[in-house]
Amino acid sequence: MDSATSELPARTPLADAAETGLKIVIVGGFGVGKTTLVRSVSEIRPLNTEEVMTQAGIGVDETAGLTTKTTTTVAFDFGRISLNDRMVLYLFGAPGQERFWFLWDRLFSGTLGAVVLVDTRRMSESWYAIDRLEHHRTPFVVAVNRFDDDVSAFSLAEIRQALSLPDHVPLIDCDARVRSSGKSVLINLVDHLYELAMAREMTP
Amino acid sequence: MTPRRPVDTGDPDRLYTVTGGRSRVDDDSFDLVTLIVSECEPTAGMQSEHVRILELCRHPTAVVEVSAELRLPVTVVRILLGDLLATGRITARHPRAARSAELPDSALLKEVLLGLRNL
Repeated sequence: MDSATSELPARTPLADAAETGLKIVIVGGFGVGKTTLVRSVSEIRPLNTEEVMTQAGIGVDETAGLTTKTTTTVAFDFGRISLNDRMVLYLFGAPGQERFWFLWDRLFSGTLGAVVLVDTRRMSESWYAIDRLEHHRTPFVVAVNRFDDDVSAFSLAEIRQALSLPDHVPLIDCDARVRSSGKSVLINLVDHLYELAMAREMTP
Repeated sequence: MTPRRPVDTGDPDRLYTVTGGRSRVDDDSFDLVTLIVSECEPTAGMQSEHVRILELCRHPTAVVEVSAELRLPVTVVRILLGDLLATGRITARHPRAARSAELPDSALLKEVLLGLRNL
């Protein structure tokens, strides 16, 4: 069966010739299926870690009028795909909440692009992520995770309108549990990035 | 998947001890996906975290994997890796696309596409 239910191996070593690490970030609200998507395409069982940052009173977790040291902790999952002997792609599942964006540059600068994973029952959660990605000038696609009980069945056109998504941003359906579907989301993103790169390279 | 255990256990002493009191690195020389390779075997008397890193990185291992395996925040791992790099015990293979405002070029993306299609 073409699903992610089979158990993935624990972390396996990379090829000794591996030299180039690449990043793609999957952003979305809690429970939208980020880890499920990572797991469906990853060659290893998803791992998780954290970044902790101590910062003197910047507007994060702001306590009214107090300038104290603030510790920001962001947890994220990741998986891995060896593209060939030299190139390895890391997929990061990251929460879309505010404090996460505070660490975006530190963690995800140089990322190839992002996937915004959307649950049609909670579309408003995606607005912030889309806004932030545009702000960081990170190219992205939007993937609608169609859960079994997604009875609302909005069309992609309706979803595009609800998200105020510009026409040039690809919007696709997916089932995050299914490997071929997850793979197709990534191919869609990289196709989009490739077109952007070609357009840029053609411009003198 | 293993259940999520917090890396930061709320015990600042632990992280303080691991890094010898340092809380930041001077530069951002290690990206999350910089691949680390050991250049020597651990020796007696070496700090246990350094030993674990040298063991893990006998094959290329990304900074973020080191962080997950050691259950230490990425910041702390960057400091530990800085020690090992400064003494020549590891080498670092930096990502081409990282730390730059430049978007990746079409040749690189074509390779990525090929890799994904062959999955």
